[in-house]
Amino acid sequence: MSGGSLRVISLNGLLGYGYPRASLERALEMRPDVVGVDAGSTDPGPFYLGAGESFVSEAQVRSDLEPALCATVARGLPLVIGTAGGAGAKPHLDGLVAMVREIARERSLRFRMAVIPAEVSQQTVLAALREGHVTACGPAHELTEEHVRGCTRIVGQMGTEPLIEALEGGADVIVAGRCCDAAIFAAEPIRRGFAPGPALHMGKILECGTLAARPAGANDVLVGTIDAEGFEVTPANPDRRCTPESVAAHSLYEQPDPNCFYEPEGKVDLSEAEFAQADPRAVRVTGSRLERAEQPAVKLEGARLAGFRAITIAGVRDPLVIERLGEIERSVGAAVADAMAGTLAPDEFSARFLRFGIDGVTEGREPAPSPPPREVGLVIDAVAPTQELADRVLKLARSTALHQHFDGRKTTAGNLAFPFSPSDFSGGPVYEFAVYHLMRVEDPRALFPVSLEEVGGR
Amino acid sequence: MRLYDLATTIRSKNAGPFRLTIDLVLPDAGAFARVLASEEMQPERIAALYDVAADDVNVIPFERILTVKVALPRPGASSGAPGDRDVYGCGQHFPLADVDV
Repeated sequence: MSGGSLRVISLNGLLGYGYPRASLERALEMRPDVVGVDAGSTDPGPFYLGAGESFVSEAQVRSDLEPALCATVARGLPLVIGTAGGAGAKPHLDGLVAMVREIARERSLRFRMAVIPAEVSQQTVLAALREGHVTACGPAHELTEEHVRGCTRIVGQMGTEPLIEALEGGADVIVAGRCCDAAIFAAEPIRRGFAPGPALHMGKILECGTLAARPAGANDVLVGTIDAEGFEVTPANPDRRCTPESVAAHSLYEQPDPNCFYEPEGKVDLSEAEFAQADPRAVRVTGSRLERAEQPAVKLEGARLAGFRAITIAGVRDPLVIERLGEIERSVGAAVADAMAGTLAPDEFSARFLRFGIDGVTEGREPAPSPPPREVGLVIDAVAPTQELADRVLKLARSTALHQHFDGRKTTAGNLAFPFSPSDFSGGPVYEFAVYHLMRVEDPRALFPVSLEEVGGR
Repeated sequence: MRLYDLATTIRSKNAGPFRLTIDLVLPDAGAFARVLASEEMQPERIAALYDVAADDVNVIPFERILTVKVALPRPGASSGAPGDRDVYGCGQHFPLADVDV
């Protein structure tokens, strides 16, 4: 502990979103103790966990990672990467570990790497479910064995404990699977004896990079400094600043309750937290407290294959077609169901209209009617059990919609303006979150085994 | 006054794949009090707008930054599931933003 404080760099909001190299240089001049970066999120939906793919390009991840890895190894600073590959399951973790090894080889780097997987087996979840140790997280459905068995992958969100174990083991670089965002930045402060409440709150603010600053952006470096009384956050980039409002607003970002948030360590209570401008660009936070969880629990995320998608996009200009789109959708649905009879039952597929310009976003949840728009962007979205069937349902729906008759129709050559040929796009597999639940456990560390390896043949 | 015009920030976002949160940042203490006192901000009214159960809607003030947080289950499908329309939940501040307070 240098002078009773510890400094943590958050590279950016997400590994692969980019950051100015000058910001990293400035942050490194501030003599940090550890560098962290969040590499994933559930925000982009269940596909990436289910399919084992990344939602940022590999080249962009490498472009972000390489300068940070070279700089931290050269300075002997720990680098903590959480939720590798976007979703933190095995293929995501393997991909990022391979990238770290490749950079090390090409740049002749030597370091100790900790790898922490986060996949949880179906057997483990099923056993916990039968014991009554699994509960819904918020408004999620009640979990059944069928949900669990349907998942292609289930991950658990690790907290600070496995990361601390890796740091204790002398890891220079930690590549972790699914990880609580705050834990990435709180692990080293907690390991060094700082209070966990402020450490986790600081982590919660750091995890999105300069999204907590003004101008806001997830693509720049944010620096946190913790001491015995609280913590301070400052953007590395002199063109950005933190304000009490920007930091307080970020404390409650994407959380259901502004007065607290939950981590595996317990409830972080912000009801007494105070946010003050420490210097023109820095904000000091005091008063955040941790109420320890009585029983450790791990949040699980599991994605289940729900079918395959095909879509087409068309414009509509004719006012009568716009007025009658609901009726056209019902006629098309009936015609497609007839054509698919004997192949698919009506509940085995869907073909819906998304009417952008009318109710594409809110699905008609509007208290007041609005005048019809001049044009509508129509997406026809088909989901069926295989790609071939989804393509078939879509092609039927598209050709039927183009020529669908209705009373008073003037557009007898066709109802829709297709901007593209081919008009139809195969969307691939569609997943859904079948598991988003809390699992009580005796020792969370057992789910997240830390393995250490020497990279570059030290 | 329309909530959209009154609030300086009004943002919706997933709070996990099954829940939405809508943050209303108000310009001054008067606007903050006005929003909290509005009939339109009762959980029952918001539940009706979004077609969800009123018991699952929470309206929580965070006075230090003059913010009112609304948390509710996602109407319709969970994030990214078949039938969803807004994977990140960033367009769901409407219809709430249209209410008169």
